[in-house]
Amino acid sequence: MSRKTLIPIGPYHPLQEEPELFKLYCDGEIVKDIKWETGYNHRGIEKLSESKTYEQVFFLVERICGICSTSHPFAFANAVEEIADIEITNRTKYIRSIIGELERIHSHLLWVGLAGHFLGYNTVFMWAWKYREPVLDLFEMISGNRNSYAMFKVGGIRRDIEETKIPVINKILDDLQKKIDLLTGAVMDDPVIHARTKGVGILTKQDIIDYGAVGPTARASGVAIDVRKDDPYAAYPLVNWKVITAEAGDVFAKAEVRLLEIYESISIIRQCLEGLRKEPAGDISVKVNEIPEGIGNGRAEAPRGEVFHFVLSDGSNSPARHKIRAPSYVNIATFKKSCIGQTIADATISLAAVDPCYCCTERMAAAYDVSSGEKIMNAFELINKSLNRTKELKETIKGRL
Amino acid sequence: MGFKNFCFKKSLWVFHFGGASCNNCDIEILDCLTPRHDLERFGILLVGSIRHADVLLVNGAINKRDKERLLEIYNQAPKPILVVAIGACGCTGGYFTESYTFAGPVDKIIPVNAYVPGCPPKPEAIIAGIVKLVENS
Repeated sequence: MSRKTLIPIGPYHPLQEEPELFKLYCDGEIVKDIKWETGYNHRGIEKLSESKTYEQVFFLVERICGICSTSHPFAFANAVEEIADIEITNRTKYIRSIIGELERIHSHLLWVGLAGHFLGYNTVFMWAWKYREPVLDLFEMISGNRNSYAMFKVGGIRRDIEETKIPVINKILDDLQKKIDLLTGAVMDDPVIHARTKGVGILTKQDIIDYGAVGPTARASGVAIDVRKDDPYAAYPLVNWKVITAEAGDVFAKAEVRLLEIYESISIIRQCLEGLRKEPAGDISVKVNEIPEGIGNGRAEAPRGEVFHFVLSDGSNSPARHKIRAPSYVNIATFKKSCIGQTIADATISLAAVDPCYCCTERMAAAYDVSSGEKIMNAFELINKSLNRTKELKETIKGRL
Repeated sequence: MGFKNFCFKKSLWVFHFGGASCNNCDIEILDCLTPRHDLERFGILLVGSIRHADVLLVNGAINKRDKERLLEIYNQAPKPILVVAIGACGCTGGYFTESYTFAGPVDKIIPVNAYVPGCPPKPEAIIAGIVKLVENS
């Protein structure tokens, strides 16, 4: 019987910005099993959301994840608008899609950069992050902030894109496209990147279906799943675009899908800007009087896959229940397939290939005894119990004195 | 200026601790190192271990699980160390103050030398914060 070595990575490590703990069980250089621990990022957002009004929840869900900070408000808006049966204006649809696609560009560039960094290719990291800056400038011009845009509200958006800004956006997109050509060429033709990523971390079509993976992870294995096509929302049915897929399922295919999606996003933004010119300026919201009782399901395609928001309304001004499922929640489970059997050096890029986002994914679990149905207490509750017991004892002793 | 503070004048090495954050501050910190802002030209370098660091950057609301790790990391740090709380969550707890997992803003857990507010602070603000910290320490 061979012995396995445990290699812990994390929770605070230079590989990824977010805290998470990977345990690689290795036999020599080969990873035999993998476990991961999260919870360092848990903020209790679903519970917090029940204490906020619908207008405030937008700011809260935006802070679930900074990188996909439009997809969460997008899905939440879709859910609430389904409950209240609100038909948003075309201008709103176009601007929402523009923000969503700009976010996809910056997120994919960020991933390409980080992937280059993990491969020891810091030039790609610096390039990709340099080319990402004009996109953030665009966000600053449109919304006033580089990262959390606060553009969404029930029934509309908060800021319009004026006619004068459209040529500026087009100009920046033109420049960006040339730089992306350069970057794509550099990544696709580099023999070292080919050697490090081809045939590494393969997920077959069946694996994707078994684990229910979504987004570019699934599309790189030939599963053409994309909420923008499958359950169209906002302006996506109004413009021409196609779902990018690749067949290989390895890290290279995932990079390819993401880089080509940037081109699709640029094309969608251009068409949306054309559409904007036809719509009356300032027509960016409809009046919402109340949110009736009901259930709403909202979907949106984040850069990492499908974001799902479930909202239960009891007719008051805040959600009675708000359930969120982020794409990384299902994508992270594919590590069991992609990392096992790889060497440790390849495991890191396989881990990074699904573009995991732990701050979206955090859940809290409460354990219950199966036979009695009683809640099993965690350490904090036990300590609290002990503290209370001491307090009670002090009281009784005081009484005796 | 004492000898200890003289050591902080050049080539600060930075360790980044992301608490329960939303990634925004994390990517803005990384953004400081990339070509547009390029902090490395001042000798500021992101390091992988707290034992090599002069500055501890803390961002994000600290939850119950992070609190112990933050204390542990602070205790492992070679002293003197400068602590910078970044972002609204790092400074005060921001939007997550009422959460059931919130375990206090950073300055309730470890001593903080500088605050950079904002959600998220722009890279320029982070750089300005560090410059002020070095000037005043």
